[in-house]
Amino acid sequence: MSQDFRLDNVGMVNREKKISFKFNGKKYFGFEGDTIASALIANGVHLVGRSFKYHRPRGFFGVGVDEPYAILQLDRNNERDPNIRATEQEIFEGLEVKSVNCWPSVNFDIGAINNFLKMFFPAGFYYKTFMWPPSFWYKIYEPFIRMAAGFGEASTKHDKERYEHKYEYCDLLITGSGPSGLASAYAAAKNGARVILAEDKPRFGGSLLTSDVNIGNQTGVEWTEKIIAELKSMPNVTVKNRSQVFGYYDHNMLVMSERISDHLPKTQKYLPKQRLWYIRANEVLISSGSIERPLVFGNNDTPGVMLSSAAKEYLKVYGVLVGKKPLIFTNNDSGYETAIEFKKNGVNPIILDTRSNPSSDIITEAKNLNIEIKFSYVVVAAKGYKKVKSADISKISEDKKELFNIENIECDCICVSGFWTPSIHLASQSGNKSKFNEKIDAFVPDKSKQQENTIGSANGIFTLEKTIKDAFDKGFDVSNKITEKNNKVSVPTVVEKKSTDHDKFWCVPLPKGKSYKRFLDFQNDVAVSDIELALREGFRSIEHVKRYTTLGMATDQGKTSNLNGLQLVSDIENKVVPQVGHTTFRPPYTPVSIGAIVGREVGKHSKPTRKSPMHSWHEKNNAIFVDAGVWLRPRYYKQGNEGLFEASKREAKNVRQNVGVCDVTTLGKIDVKGPDAAEFLNRVYTNAWLKLPVGKARYGVMLREDGIVMDDGTTTRISENHYHMTTTTAQAANVLSHLEYYLQLVWPELNVNVVSTTEQWAGAAIAGPNSRKLLMKLFPNLDVSNEGLPFMGYKEADLFGIPAKIYRISFSGELAYEINVESDNGYFMWEKIMEVGQEFQIQPYGTEALSTLRIEMGHVAGSELDGRTIPYDASLEGLVSKKKDFIGKRSLNRSAFISTDREKLVGVVPIDKTTSIPEGSYIVKDPKAKLPNPKLGHVSASCWSVEYDNPFSLAIIKDGKNMIGQKLFAMSPLKNKTIPVEIVSSHYVDPEGKRVRS
Amino acid sequence: MLYINCPHCGLRSQNEFAYGGDATVKRPELNKEISDQEWDNFVYLRKSPRGKHLELWHHISGCRQWIKVERDTSTHEIFKTYKANEAIE
Repeated sequence: MSQDFRLDNVGMVNREKKISFKFNGKKYFGFEGDTIASALIANGVHLVGRSFKYHRPRGFFGVGVDEPYAILQLDRNNERDPNIRATEQEIFEGLEVKSVNCWPSVNFDIGAINNFLKMFFPAGFYYKTFMWPPSFWYKIYEPFIRMAAGFGEASTKHDKERYEHKYEYCDLLITGSGPSGLASAYAAAKNGARVILAEDKPRFGGSLLTSDVNIGNQTGVEWTEKIIAELKSMPNVTVKNRSQVFGYYDHNMLVMSERISDHLPKTQKYLPKQRLWYIRANEVLISSGSIERPLVFGNNDTPGVMLSSAAKEYLKVYGVLVGKKPLIFTNNDSGYETAIEFKKNGVNPIILDTRSNPSSDIITEAKNLNIEIKFSYVVVAAKGYKKVKSADISKISEDKKELFNIENIECDCICVSGFWTPSIHLASQSGNKSKFNEKIDAFVPDKSKQQENTIGSANGIFTLEKTIKDAFDKGFDVSNKITEKNNKVSVPTVVEKKSTDHDKFWCVPLPKGKSYKRFLDFQNDVAVSDIELALREGFRSIEHVKRYTTLGMATDQGKTSNLNGLQLVSDIENKVVPQVGHTTFRPPYTPVSIGAIVGREVGKHSKPTRKSPMHSWHEKNNAIFVDAGVWLRPRYYKQGNEGLFEASKREAKNVRQNVGVCDVTTLGKIDVKGPDAAEFLNRVYTNAWLKLPVGKARYGVMLREDGIVMDDGTTTRISENHYHMTTTTAQAANVLSHLEYYLQLVWPELNVNVVSTTEQWAGAAIAGPNSRKLLMKLFPNLDVSNEGLPFMGYKEADLFGIPAKIYRISFSGELAYEINVESDNGYFMWEKIMEVGQEFQIQPYGTEALSTLRIEMGHVAGSELDGRTIPYDASLEGLVSKKKDFIGKRSLNRSAFISTDREKLVGVVPIDKTTSIPEGSYIVKDPKAKLPNPKLGHVSASCWSVEYDNPFSLAIIKDGKNMIGQKLFAMSPLKNKTIPVEIVSSHYVDPEGKRVRS
Repeated sequence: MLYINCPHCGLRSQNEFAYGGDATVKRPELNKEISDQEWDNFVYLRKSPRGKHLELWHHISGCRQWIKVERDTSTHEIFKTYKANEAIE
């Protein structure tokens, strides 16, 4: 198709570079610098989608972020990108887009039947239609609504594009590069401020790109280019296009999304698609401009009806005519500017002005150009289904209530202008309460809540001269406050055509006997009649009206519909707009890709991965890893065709029979130092710590103030005032914060310091009957006999030339030692242990075998200390001192905590000795009892006991102490299993603890 | 995101800190006989004021110091920050 609507010598697109793209499978051509919208309009295509509710044909309404209609689905690098605004997406070679919300095609859409059933889709039809019978909701209504809802289709594949995050700090952030943005950026930058100037469009300049003005003897475009070039050359300025500041958060934190390669055919390998900027700005100047308001009339959603400023921008920036027989429908002078541009390019527009006799420079110029103007005229209704073919127009009475003779005139587009709405979204997000400005019939920002100011048309200033002057002043003032410099640049002279007041008229009355739909919200199909209905049904608050009718709730967030909606509500209610108020503006201002929000924190990058110094050894020896907090730990070491079950059984068995070695680097380690360290530990742990001698370790339990067990571990007295505390892997960070809390805030008089040493030490636990023999070979000069290094003893020694610390502690219940060396020596230690241990049948064991060993020994871990248990529940009451006070002690006296039927730790064995009990099963008396079956407790951990070669579990059950020997049932509705079990002691293996002391 | 003036490190973003709750709560002294009511008040009861609130923040990704922050809970305005042992004005 040829570009019939492209002008030859107008616009800023690169005519040298022709670009082909596909829309709904059909090939079109445009030029470099075109958006999908401008390229399609150049090709005469106006039908691009179907509306949300009624499936009415949709064309283009705006030219930027305000676009409510032209939402497309994009395919790029074999990836789907939904909800692309055609007015923003630039074309590139090979681009493919398609329409959404229509089937089988945008031209012939079955869903359009809704348009003829619209009496069944009034405001709130969801609430009215889908009420009864209740059983229909789940099977019929919900699937139906889900199918009908939404525009685009998100991909379910992994997004391979790169998205980045960036943190930035600046003196001054300026949001928008129109005249006020440029002027203030220039003034502030010249005064030494660090400035970021953000523009959401590819081209800088905002309204200067399209208005016929003169600044300092240059056209708007020339002046923009000059200022931008100079700003770019300054080291204290960052200038960004295709960058939308979409959120204003607390303490002057703003977030901006930069579209880096969305407009390129294929991303280079390391070039991100988008970048999210977190900007902390000392000051913010909001220069986000204003958006033209629609006028409301019959069928005002027909393709070909669009904002007059959009028509002007298509013409001046892209060299594209939105029509060849344009009708301009306006209540102010802006429409005239569009008409003049048409006329200058050989197209004859007709202006319908709702005012009766306005006069200004612009109107005079239009008259001098012989443009046909009809005063006191309105468009009653657009005619044509998929494109405007003509319009019913009429003269309107002085009070704007009566229409006279309706006549039909031919036209191919209707450009509307209902005056301008300042974009106050960012100011409003910052906490700034807006105020209503009667002169412009719109809200403008009021008092600043944060360090922000709004300038230019975003602040309701619509003359260029004042905008430029104010912006220069503001840029200087704000920068002066920060830099304390006084380099003032002179304000250029501005020449512009004077305009006159707008008409407050905004909605054309319906002619007698006609029921045209007059739309307010173009994306969500909210018409005047819907708002009227909502008010008739008793909705009053604008927030309720919004939610009931969905006015302003679409992806465009009501950028074009908001004020007209308020106007209507206040008209019906006989109020003025400020009495009705407006709904809250919340971030984001424009839709943001989920990918940009997530950034690089995807998959393995979502959190740091910690590896022990022995990680590469584990990898080489077929370790299968498991996530343990942020650590990667070997779960088991695979041999041959083994699975988890066989391997962990073999490893655990080898510990019980020979010797095993386990990487315990991940255990939390905290150095506790100072003259009051013993006293501090005595307050932190439930048991007594004052008499622990140097060179000895002790097992301790710590509580929260509410009496719940927080963590457990061993702490060793290294020297008089130095203790080495260990915590569980998962709780390491919390325990450190906990200790710091008490030392810094509660007992600052204690002279103690704590610091995490988790990553300073590599740890290996060697466990099993052969472990002492192994230790003798590792430390030939050390007395490791039961007397020389008794249970809970501690020694420092030399391991083949490197310093090592040996703790005789055991998690497995076997004779066991933990050796710590500095992290850098971890790999060396591990290799030595494996090498020396060979003759004792050493095998490495992973976390699964570790669990098996601790479960059958009845040692509690995270699954028992689950944030609900007190020491008694976990059978740790023997460690609770009666003599001294400690954190959480007072809570243990609470009536619920001293009740005798508390759940308590027990062991569980299946009667058939073969069926494994799923973790999380309930223990019940009668499996056939009526639901909900009263539960006695739950199974917290399960293993295959390698000592007895049958399944064994730990459970926490009511009155556990007295349940031993009882025959009960373990039920897992999730796994659909009911297993007869016997309750036994939780110490299934070596209940006297002989082995650890052997 | 809040911008918190750590009295030890200077202005830092909120994501370096962990929130620690009401800073005016005082733990009962050790070994002191107190009623259930007093203990419950300490462990469980907190006011949730609208407006000025003295609260604890822990600079976990910075100096690891617990600090006190006087913040408006509705506007997030931060009036002053204190070291743990500083007297509150």
